[in-house]
Amino acid sequence: MDPIQLAIEERVAEQHRHHTRPQFFWVWGALLVMTAIEVYLTYQNMQPVRMLTILMGLSLIKAALIIAYFMHLKFEMSLMRWLTMCSVVACLILMTIFFFPDAFRILSLGVK
Amino acid sequence: MADHVVAQDTPSAYEPSLFGTYSKKIGMWLFLLSDSLTFGALLYAYSYGRISTAGWPTPFHSESIINATIMTAFLLTSSLTMVLAVRASADGRPKAQVLWLLATMVCGTAFIILHGREWTKLIAEGLTLPMFPAVPGQEGAGEFVNVAKNVPQFASTFFTLTGMHMLHVTLGVVYLGVVALRRKFIPILLVCWLVAWLATPAYSPFHYGAHVLLVAAVVISIILWLKPKVYDSSDVEVAGLYWHFVDLVWMFIFPLVYLMSAKIL
Repeated sequence: MDPIQLAIEERVAEQHRHHTRPQFFWVWGALLVMTAIEVYLTYQNMQPVRMLTILMGLSLIKAALIIAYFMHLKFEMSLMRWLTMCSVVACLILMTIFFFPDAFRILSLGVK
Repeated sequence: MADHVVAQDTPSAYEPSLFGTYSKKIGMWLFLLSDSLTFGALLYAYSYGRISTAGWPTPFHSESIINATIMTAFLLTSSLTMVLAVRASADGRPKAQVLWLLATMVCGTAFIILHGREWTKLIAEGLTLPMFPAVPGQEGAGEFVNVAKNVPQFASTFFTLTGMHMLHVTLGVVYLGVVALRRKFIPILLVCWLVAWLATPAYSPFHYGAHVLLVAAVVISIILWLKPKVYDSSDVEVAGLYWHFVDLVWMFIFPLVYLMSAKIL
């Protein structure tokens, strides 16, 4: 087999060795617990902005767990980790900058 | 220059991967990054509408919230079974790999059925789009008729966002079916299409949504005919990336669309 292909396969096998079965179950349990917390908070009559902040915070933690452990990004090369995450975060920040000030401006002008 | 050929020292060797992994895995990551922007745009559109529209409805009763929570649990469990399938394939246990993939498909199918039932209920209550067929005996009636009339942005963004996600889950189940069962999956898919199409009324989302299965069956028939192959552990891992991404997107849709729009009495 191609030596480069062999090296890649060895690296991928090494990535899989980092994962243990209990680790998957812990992550799954944590995701379920955070979902339960989200549903509980829904019925606590909180201020919408405060609730949104907490829910989005929990969602980001859940997303990070899924990306890091289930999608194995934690065990990929650092170049891949940084390039993928920085590019998508940069695009989402750009969307936020463009969309939300306008939405709030409409609100402050008064919606008919 | 067009016909210039670069000489290689070793004919079969290519340049080492910049990311130290399979090219198909990098390809899937690039697809997922672009897809995350699609979902990002839809989530922003929903949030934009919510912020800029007065009287945004909060129509989801606790029954809907419980239903969406069970859907979330199914999707999270499917991610667990998917990593176990990837692990089984990496360890060279093909039987366990197929079983875990089938378990993932069962959880995904449960998610689709629960979501489709939720859509059916909302449409029957009047939260609908002009393109959806009317439910007989429910025209102009139902709890959400005023919501659809006064804040049409809600129904548009809700059905677009959740419909796009449901399409991704459906295609994910088909993808896993192909990886697990290859050609044997095509007749199963066609039977599912026929059952969903013939056994449901014309106004049901399952009735018109079932045609996705027919299109998928045609596409995978062509793919398997052009390039028949036995899928190895790297293919299972790449399929897993797609599946986890679908799960990941739901982690934002669930709180933003359902929990933030819960009807609290």
